Amino acid sequence: MTGNDVVLALVVVTALGFDFTNGFHDTGNAMATSIVTGALPPRVAVGLSAVLNLVGAFLSTAVAATIASGLVNSQEVTLTVVFAGLIGSILWNLATWFLGIPSSSSHALIGGVVGATMAAAGSSAVKWQGLVSKVIVPAALSPFIAGAIAALGTYLVYRLTHDVAERPRAHGFRIGQVGSASMVSLAHGTNDAQKTMGVITLALIANGTLHSGAKSPTWVIASCATAIALGTYIGGWRVIRALGKGLVEIESPQGMASESASAAVILSSTDFGYSLSTTHVATGSILGSGMGKKGGVVRWHVARRMVAAWLLTLPASAVVGALAYWAANGIGGTAGVVVIFVVLVLASIAFFVVSRHPAVTPENVNAAWTGSVAPVPAPKDTDEVRS
Amino acid sequence: MNTWINLNALWKIVVVGLLAGAGLPALFAVGLRLLSPPAPAGGVATGEVAADRPSAGPVGYALAGLCFAVVLAAIGWGISVIVNHS
Repeated sequence: MTGNDVVLALVVVTALGFDFTNGFHDTGNAMATSIVTGALPPRVAVGLSAVLNLVGAFLSTAVAATIASGLVNSQEVTLTVVFAGLIGSILWNLATWFLGIPSSSSHALIGGVVGATMAAAGSSAVKWQGLVSKVIVPAALSPFIAGAIAALGTYLVYRLTHDVAERPRAHGFRIGQVGSASMVSLAHGTNDAQKTMGVITLALIANGTLHSGAKSPTWVIASCATAIALGTYIGGWRVIRALGKGLVEIESPQGMASESASAAVILSSTDFGYSLSTTHVATGSILGSGMGKKGGVVRWHVARRMVAAWLLTLPASAVVGALAYWAANGIGGTAGVVVIFVVLVLASIAFFVVSRHPAVTPENVNAAWTGSVAPVPAPKDTDEVRS
Repeated sequence: MNTWINLNALWKIVVVGLLAGAGLPALFAVGLRLLSPPAPAGGVATGEVAADRPSAGPVGYALAGLCFAVVLAAIGWGISVIVNHS
């Protein structure tokens, strides 16, 4: 095994690690509203979502490889650049997951790769117009489109069933939610698993293992599908709680309307070649469902915090990606990549350990929202814990 | 056609999104409404006393079934479009 093979192996492992974080970070996009309305028990929900992510990853491979090639000059992309970009995106994903913020995994990945490319080859290696038209404009528009559709859907659904008794209505919409949440999971698999497949394929091309323009090999598709499904099954309980309980108090008709809006927007935009973040769409839909219901509760300060994180995602993961590149390149060669990889593993363990105190689990994910991501264990001190 | 905003894709997404994202849940709601007609005037629709509420009747069941069938068919059609495009 030569030094380059070691680097390639580490890049593939790191990419699968990113795919894993993408899975658990985004479980909430599909399942948060079903879990909080009781349509599905928490563990059943993440299991179903995992299986559908797996299926979705195999369903369509149209998006693969476009992610990096349209945004940076592919001649400048070396294995170390891809590696550093992945480091930036994983660390940002872990940080936002810890804080319970549904930030976009796609933006983290793009930011990391762009930052590492700039560190390696200067800002001229970045296709700025591609970045604006393919990433920033869709990111700015998609929450509004999804939110408007979800608000209309919520309004119609309440309007049409206003004289239906409470119990059959809640029961019916919970069944509907299982269907709509399944569609979001499927959409997530077709959309997000592709991105990691694209990155690994790019690394294989950069290494000369594949000729440029090659399709993703089957083992890449299978391993990415498995990684995102496993991540989904682990469940990002912190993000699920923030989305499902923190943002809006959701009833099952709202849940079904917001999930339908998310699924329709994600799947149609994938099909029309518009790349957008499932996270932005899902958050926009949930906000819309809060606004479409008369007397709905929307916690705008939680929403503001999420939007602030979205604005930071690209630059922050770009900075970490650039730092990772400089560090790896400064140490040099295989040793540099190995050192950064060890740093990543240690940082991941640290995040995991800190997140256990107090932990958000399937058992307490639905506890009443008192202003913090981790539920307050004792009911006596509620509001003044964190405002 | 603008190079910064892909308007061509955008309006299609809005139209499909409205039809599938808001229209299908609305149709689902119509189906639910047909399955459980409102309580007679003056009655409080709490859902607690099921015996007081009228049942849907054969026409109601048939129309509700049609609504749910259209929703399922639309989802199936959507998935097949996506699979065939890739």
